[in-house]
Amino acid sequence: MPMQNPKHKQRSQEPTPEQKRYIEMVNRQKPKPPVFKNVVLAFLFGGLVSIIGQALTFFYMQVLDLSPVEAGGPVSATIIFIASLLTGFGVYDKIAKYAGAGLAVPVTGFANSMTSAALEFKREGLVLGVGSKMFVLAGSVIVFGVFSAMLVGLISALI
Amino acid sequence: MTKKVGSQTVKLANPPVLISAAAVVGPMEGQGLLREYFDYIYSDNICGQASFEKAERHMVQNACYLALNKVQKIPKDMDYFLAGDLLNQTTTSNFSAVQLEIPFFGLYGACSTLAESLSLAAMLIDGGFANYILAATSSHNCTSERQYRYPTEYGGQRPPYAQWTVTGAGAAVVAKEGTGPRITCITTGKVVDMGIKDPFNMGAAMAPAAAKTLIQHFCDTGRAPTYYDLIVTGDLGRFGHDLTVQLAVSGGGFDLSQNYQDCGVMIYRPDQDTHSGGSGCGCSAVVTYGYLLKEMAKGTFGKILVVATGALHSPTTFQQGENIPAIAQAVAIEQ
Repeated sequence: MPMQNPKHKQRSQEPTPEQKRYIEMVNRQKPKPPVFKNVVLAFLFGGLVSIIGQALTFFYMQVLDLSPVEAGGPVSATIIFIASLLTGFGVYDKIAKYAGAGLAVPVTGFANSMTSAALEFKREGLVLGVGSKMFVLAGSVIVFGVFSAMLVGLISALI
Repeated sequence: MTKKVGSQTVKLANPPVLISAAAVVGPMEGQGLLREYFDYIYSDNICGQASFEKAERHMVQNACYLALNKVQKIPKDMDYFLAGDLLNQTTTSNFSAVQLEIPFFGLYGACSTLAESLSLAAMLIDGGFANYILAATSSHNCTSERQYRYPTEYGGQRPPYAQWTVTGAGAAVVAKEGTGPRITCITTGKVVDMGIKDPFNMGAAMAPAAAKTLIQHFCDTGRAPTYYDLIVTGDLGRFGHDLTVQLAVSGGGFDLSQNYQDCGVMIYRPDQDTHSGGSGCGCSAVVTYGYLLKEMAKGTFGKILVVATGALHSPTTFQQGENIPAIAQAVAIEQ
């Protein structure tokens, strides 16, 4: 996820012919990730997270007598809790290495990005460390998530 | 009398001696291919300290004292302390220098720091400015990953050409006289920018710098690659190693296939899941001071050429869309 500012990317200098030749050589030879294996594993792990989510939905519907929509909140909270706990135990990254997008796309990835940052910067203190650095990876998701939600909300209010 | 040969190389008139060296590593390196060559292996990454930054400092000091003890020296006997690491403001080196109380020059050459510190130490001694110099280099996986990439517990897939920052520190005592291998030639690299932007692909960013310094070294000295029993680059990894072999042929017609290895490939077992191999200042430091010098003492290698490579980018330059410039420094060590 390290993101480059696309504006700067456009503005940065065009590669020289020598650089172009070398970049092409590197791209041709660079070892390729095992895409098929990654896709299969992502499907399996992502599916597993979804099954757990579905099971939890039924559980909360039964126990707390909630509608399927109302059960969404406690289900997300539980999954976030589990992912954060696994991050704290140092297990999450070992699973995510195999699961890839299967864990990164569901809310588990979001939970891990915040918990891992909070853990990493706890030695810088509660205010300057945990409090502010927690959003180092997840911050942009929140900003653009809230912004798009606002836009969609506005559109739905108008029509 | 000038000691310079060719455009980028110096031949030392009275080659300084590497009288002592020590390498300390973290637990993962301690399980790697070179485990029996390290002077000290920590059982965990935090080394009993309060933070990973302090742990890295502890490793540097440990390596320094181990190197000094081997030749019964104390910090006071040293004329200069040259050290570098990967952290912002090279804090590991600066804070270690507080304890050692030796006149200090802090260095930053990213992962080329090992050869940079040895080059400068050898030149200072051969120039008559010092009799004893302590040179140290370090990196720590947990301090540099958070600075350059992600939090350590962040779960994600790394590309197959990604490398693993070595947790380790190396220190050497360079002296005017003594017993040990001598630093005979130094080729100082130029900063090279070949347009690579991917911070996971350090091998590709640094390979052209390594190839250019190697070619320049052979041209300046008139030596062929086979003059050396072993040529090693610092931390190019498997992919960078392969690129360097090709670039040395295409750029200067030099065949490295006989005796060329990479410290990043040598340090870990293939099943340790480091992808392309090790990286970081500590990689070339612990392989050189641990494995290579000990094998030289045994007589396995008589002449080696150590080419330490550094990627000179920062997270800021990367985010602003700039290329990754790289440098390679070569030091010839001969028995």
